[in-house]
Amino acid sequence: MLTALTELTDGSPARAVQAALEEHLAGADRAWLHEALAEAQAAADAETAAEAGAAGRSLWTLPTWELRFAEAGRHCRPARGGPSGPSAQDLADAARVLLLHTVRAGHDTTSRLYTHGSAAERRAVLLALPHLSAHTPPASALALVEDALRTNDTRLVAAAVGPYAAEHLDQHAWRHAVLKCLFTGVPVDAVDGLAPRARGDAELARMLRDYAAERTAAGRPVPDDLHRVLALTADRDTADRPHVTAAPSEES
Amino acid sequence: MRIFDPHIHMTSRTTDDYEAMYAAGVRAVVEPSFWLGQPRTSPASFFDYFDALLGWEPFRASQYGIAHHCTLALNPKEANDPRCTPVLDALPRYLVKDSVVAVGEIGYDSMTPAEDTALAAQLQLAADHGLPALVHTPHRDKLAGLHRTVDVIRESDLPPERVLLDHLNETTVKAATDSGCWLGFSIYPDTKMDEDRMVAVIKDHGIEKVLVNSAADWGKSDPLKTRRVGDALLAAGFTEDDVDQVLWRNPVAFYGLSGRLRLDVTDCPEPLHEGNSILRGGE
Repeated sequence: MLTALTELTDGSPARAVQAALEEHLAGADRAWLHEALAEAQAAADAETAAEAGAAGRSLWTLPTWELRFAEAGRHCRPARGGPSGPSAQDLADAARVLLLHTVRAGHDTTSRLYTHGSAAERRAVLLALPHLSAHTPPASALALVEDALRTNDTRLVAAAVGPYAAEHLDQHAWRHAVLKCLFTGVPVDAVDGLAPRARGDAELARMLRDYAAERTAAGRPVPDDLHRVLALTADRDTADRPHVTAAPSEES
Repeated sequence: MRIFDPHIHMTSRTTDDYEAMYAAGVRAVVEPSFWLGQPRTSPASFFDYFDALLGWEPFRASQYGIAHHCTLALNPKEANDPRCTPVLDALPRYLVKDSVVAVGEIGYDSMTPAEDTALAAQLQLAADHGLPALVHTPHRDKLAGLHRTVDVIRESDLPPERVLLDHLNETTVKAATDSGCWLGFSIYPDTKMDEDRMVAVIKDHGIEKVLVNSAADWGKSDPLKTRRVGDALLAAGFTEDDVDQVLWRNPVAFYGLSGRLRLDVTDCPEPLHEGNSILRGGE
């Protein structure tokens, strides 16, 4: 689900993301990207793009760079087919994250783009959040992450559990995010900072064991990822791997 | 038989329908925005609906191997409601989205001045956004409505070859053909067209620019009617290539005018498995 290119967008400098993205685009699409990023840069330089320009402008007036943000999916298509390369979704994600980074999107801009965005655009906003911390008050985009975690769209759930969630979700919400991944089939590899945050979390371990018991009672398989996370909840000092049984655990 | 249903309201349908549609050969759908079955009371209600057509519904469809696109608009019925018409101001923000392949469904319901205004404004939006338009013909006073629709199209900046006139029948097909627009037929269990009448129309008028849809929604309707028409055409002696043109190539050609049609579902989040979010969502 999360390929190398998308992981790149989670942590690499914009220049590296752009280079990786361009490698996979055909000439016309690369030209589109250059123009779109130049428009975003111009908007950021003029301070008309995000917060300053938004004041007094109709919500429905679309600055050019926001139009590029919306249409990225039809301009960033893999130049070469084949199962090994990045998917169209990966490329559109990367292009949109680059645009948000370039325009230095702040709180109002990310909220607007998320609220009126397609699922693909919402996903890109979520993926971009770690890149935008310099332009947004701490944890101010948490509502977007929480919105995405309420959906059942696995593309959004996977994008919501990145570094921003790792940093800002409280422990209760974070545990439910992990459980939701197991529930909806999002690989827990998508959960940023899983191991350090799960370590020693007895409540998460209880929730996992209860879920395993519920699955087993229904005659359904327990996802492998559940065992993985349960193992991570073991305290650093605990030698034994936690044990899943069909019977309800002590805490349940 | 590969099938593209160019007009179906999947938001109103179940995952069983998606499964049966895939089994019948449906690999692509276009979902036009329309009435909810009860009046909306604000533009915000449209936004939630557009969100579904741009997010959740394509996600559901992809899990069943079906490519999903949509058309967005203020529908004719609600064009008469001042609580709803402000959504026209918001449409430009939504019409630029990747999976929007037309403005629609627009047209007439009761043929009021408010409907005149909304139809003309939305034809202009289509022209401005490089999109074709899906224009339904009214259920009541259909032939007069078709003539009035064609007049408005002629006065617009959108050429007729970028317009699909829908819900046609025996009484409107000639005037619709003469207009130069694409021709859409909705096949219903009791109302609109049925598969045998559809075969007769095609025998008379040929398959050029003809699209067949189920227009299935929350009313009595059948998402497999496209397949029934394909079977009826074959039984009547049409070739598989004829059927492919009507049920696949014509809708691909029409919505392809948007430049946004993507018929691969390779971005399908994950293959179906027991843990998928649709199966589990309600638990």
